[in-house]
Amino acid sequence: MSTRNLTIDRLAPTKSAWRRLADRDSLVRRVDWVLLLAALALSLIGIVLIYSATRNRTEITGGDPEFFLIRQSINLAIGLALAVAVMWLGHQRLRSFVPVFYALSIGAILLVFTPLGTEINGQRAWLSLGGYTLQPGEFAKVAVVLGMAVVLADQVDAGDREFPGTRAVLQALALATAPLAVVVIDDMGMAMVLSMIVLGILLASGAPLKWSLGLITAGIGAGVLVWALGLLDSYQIDRFAAFADPSRDPSGVGYNTNQARIAIGQGGLHGMGLFNGSQTTGQFVPEQHTDFIFTVAGEELGFVGAGGIIALIGVVLWRALRIARESTDLYSTVIAAGIVAWMAFQCFENIGMALGIMPVAGIPLPFLSYGGTAMFAVWIAIGLLQSVRMKRALTV
Amino acid sequence: MTNIPETGRTSRITIRLVVIQILVFSLLLTLGGRLWYLQIRQGDEFAAQAAGNHVQQVIQPAVRGAILDARGVPIADNETRLVVSADRTELSKLPDDGEQVLADVAELLGLPADEVVNRVRLCDAETPQPCWNGSPYQPIPITDEATTRQALQIRERTEDFPGISAEPTAVRRYPSPEGANTAQVLGYLSPVTDDEVADSEDTDNPLLRSDQIGRAGLERSYDEYLRGQAGVTRYEVDKFGRVLGQSESEAARAGDSLVTTIDTRVQAVVERELVQAMEVARGQHDDISGRNYEAEAGSAVVLENDTGRVVAMASAPDYDPNVWVGGISTDDYSRLTDENSEYPLLNRAIMGQGPPGSTFKVVTSTAAVNAGFDWNGSYDCSSSYDIGGQTFRNFESSSYGPITLGRAIEVSCNTVFYGIAHREWQADGGNDPVDDPDDWLFRTAHDFGLGEATGIDLPDEAAGRIPDRQWKEEYWEANRDEWCEIADSDRDDYAARIARENCTEGMTMRAGDMLNFSIGQGDVLVTPVQLASVYAALGNGGTLYQPQVGRAVIGPDGTVRDEFEPQETGRLPADEQTMQNLRDATESVITTGSAAWKFGGWPQGEIPLRGKTGTAEASGDQQTTSWLATYTDDYTVVMTISQAGTGSGASGDAVRHIWEAIYGVQGGSVDDDAALLPEPHRDLPRIDENGTIVPQRDDDDN
Repeated sequence: MSTRNLTIDRLAPTKSAWRRLADRDSLVRRVDWVLLLAALALSLIGIVLIYSATRNRTEITGGDPEFFLIRQSINLAIGLALAVAVMWLGHQRLRSFVPVFYALSIGAILLVFTPLGTEINGQRAWLSLGGYTLQPGEFAKVAVVLGMAVVLADQVDAGDREFPGTRAVLQALALATAPLAVVVIDDMGMAMVLSMIVLGILLASGAPLKWSLGLITAGIGAGVLVWALGLLDSYQIDRFAAFADPSRDPSGVGYNTNQARIAIGQGGLHGMGLFNGSQTTGQFVPEQHTDFIFTVAGEELGFVGAGGIIALIGVVLWRALRIARESTDLYSTVIAAGIVAWMAFQCFENIGMALGIMPVAGIPLPFLSYGGTAMFAVWIAIGLLQSVRMKRALTV
Repeated sequence: MTNIPETGRTSRITIRLVVIQILVFSLLLTLGGRLWYLQIRQGDEFAAQAAGNHVQQVIQPAVRGAILDARGVPIADNETRLVVSADRTELSKLPDDGEQVLADVAELLGLPADEVVNRVRLCDAETPQPCWNGSPYQPIPITDEATTRQALQIRERTEDFPGISAEPTAVRRYPSPEGANTAQVLGYLSPVTDDEVADSEDTDNPLLRSDQIGRAGLERSYDEYLRGQAGVTRYEVDKFGRVLGQSESEAARAGDSLVTTIDTRVQAVVERELVQAMEVARGQHDDISGRNYEAEAGSAVVLENDTGRVVAMASAPDYDPNVWVGGISTDDYSRLTDENSEYPLLNRAIMGQGPPGSTFKVVTSTAAVNAGFDWNGSYDCSSSYDIGGQTFRNFESSSYGPITLGRAIEVSCNTVFYGIAHREWQADGGNDPVDDPDDWLFRTAHDFGLGEATGIDLPDEAAGRIPDRQWKEEYWEANRDEWCEIADSDRDDYAARIARENCTEGMTMRAGDMLNFSIGQGDVLVTPVQLASVYAALGNGGTLYQPQVGRAVIGPDGTVRDEFEPQETGRLPADEQTMQNLRDATESVITTGSAAWKFGGWPQGEIPLRGKTGTAEASGDQQTTSWLATYTDDYTVVMTISQAGTGSGASGDAVRHIWEAIYGVQGGSVDDDAALLPEPHRDLPRIDENGTIVPQRDDDDN
């Protein structure tokens, strides 16, 4: 606890533990419970959906229908523990460790290209450690958010400038570019998420608009260049476009898109009932417990359930944005905004590809998709948001 | 939300955060909207796609129901044969599209290689038969006559015969009991087309790609009953085709059996006698044309008078219906359909139509009575009748002096009927018809049920034609342009003169038309079954029945699902006295009249036989068509042979033999034991406790 609190403690009369918890400025009451419960609800729903999608998949569960249910429950428990740890440490205290954390993350990403790395679905994004696979890219998202926040807020929070200067922006971009350059080669999804995080942070930091616009222009320019120079093979273009026209890659992405759409479409208003989806039971949707987890909700829980998930995501993002707005320093604002950009884009891209309005990319749905590292990363993010919230000035 | 903290937060950042918030929620709304579109707007569509995804059907074909004669003897049933089939999908995966495999199969089966290739090719507009007009995804039968040894070779050497299978399969069989082949009445089966499968999709009993359906005859008209319902087991499968569970299962329900009114023993006699009569005719010289009779086609019908049931129906030339089983060969198909084939697929008893000749005089004389002519009046049977420069002659220009209507029927005197028709025509205004002409002749013909199909339960029945004023008008409308074009040309041959006349007056009912009509010549057309139903009505006291072949439908468990009762379609427009007069006159035809020379010694006292002969002029240089319509109190037999001379001459012996067989007439006496059918069948065949229909054979007749 900071020194400021100590003085208050000394002046205040001694309170019972219960009174202290109930105090308006108590830690318990400073936690954003709406955010926490929404995130927890999404995670629990995710576990149920993962169970539904995997209980018949003997070829990956090894015959234990609860294999993924238990693993994801453990993941969630670890995630919650990480969140509590981050809350306890506080984002301000972590500020000085950010460079170390950042360096470790970049190192981990590079490790993927050593024999420790594992290739899954053509993407070299996993580290295999003692039977447990980690996706260091997920931590890199946290590292980029924190790193950019530190650099951009440094002078502003010191009161030297009102907004980040050119130097700070360039430094921040350099921080983001390092992991981006590493993953862009074979993890397009991660590269897209990182780009959106950078864009969100630049906007929220108050940096001159030219940087954000420049970034967008550069992105479009790069896309046009790739197209114009014919850097992509036609199969890559087909894969990209297959979300809109499944016939362009009927056995690959197109099949996936088509089956996902059938699963969601047949859910109707109320869904076919949990564990009753024929598409899910028949395993017609590939990667259904990871990237296409939303199709399980769509088929089995219907518009009511799947819409509810979107609404819960909306609640998480609404609380996160509120936290960003209410934070008192730029460091906190940038962290919260970066997390919003990260989660919002990932949710939109993931659900969008399941619904056939976004190209298919290997991006998990935050809280819901099966995966340890992703779960840890989003719960660290929730911990950071709570930490920002707890440090905010009291209003009213 | 609007509460800006009292910290040093600049408004630029707040605005940017609000912008981000708007962006974020727009994205979420987009997702929600798309979700609504997929699930609520298009949900049903996807549900159908999902069903197609995860349900696999396994089909057990239903055994087709049998067709039985009135005694329960099968005339169409099934037998198990070894069917060798080719799967086009598999063959197309081979480098040479399976050419070599088909050649090997042909060699193994001892069939010509091109024959095999032809059978498995797909039909399209340009491909001649044989070709496969069923689904390309279904195994196509190459032969159903594989020996066990051949089948074993195919099954044991699958690597040599990819895409070829040999399975025991129930195939149709037409056993021709007693030698009665009944081909055209039975019809035949052929595989369904994709269109038929699509059309039947929404019905109670959708067709399967592997189905065969009836294309003609009873196989077609009773297809719904006979087909049964294929068993379908639907399995839920995952995407690898592994079975997750059985979602629905319907056992195959064998088709119902159809009990017909046909008596195969009588049918066999009728077929044999018809062919025999044609053969005899071909050996006879026709003085008019100067060559032997062609007698290329004929037909015969036996009806039960009191019900309209068809006891026998034959059409010649016929064919072996078994050629259709397992796919028809090129040779067989052309033998049945090409120009020189005489079209044996046609059931001439219901599809063949022609002028009825003098057999029509029962209609004309009824019309005369209804128009007020006295049956017993005196009518001049001169050798010829003149109208406006045209001379209409009696047969062989014979004359009988003044006679009654009855006598005119008996001796088949044309000029008596010419006179009546001419007076009627004049009474109706002649060439300048009155507004509402009586048209007794036409009206009576219609009332006899002529000019429209009888409604027999066989497909493609011809309607015949009564060339009344309305027809005349319509015919003229349809042909006027062509006639008038010829009329305008400079030609002056016979055809041009006729055309010129028709162009201007073709719509007018002329005296000559009326005279021709009165003796069943000219434009009037009847089918043998129509004529038979007219004479059967004379035999039963005046009731017209819809002829029927189907008697009852028996379910596979032996329950009678449907019994088809006789259907009255009208009454002859004749009072009792006229009816009696007609019966007397037609009896005289047999005893002393135009047919007497063929029925000498007939036990008329025990079995009164009546009838009328007819000799119809045919168009062009064709020889005359012979008609003989005869009836007792129970049955009617009508036989017609084209280009065979007179009714009695060509068919007299044959029809007599048919009657002799039915009643057991031997010499001049009746032997009930030899009678095939002294009384019509009253009851359905016996069905035993297992639901099996027990055929009643001759040896257990009593």
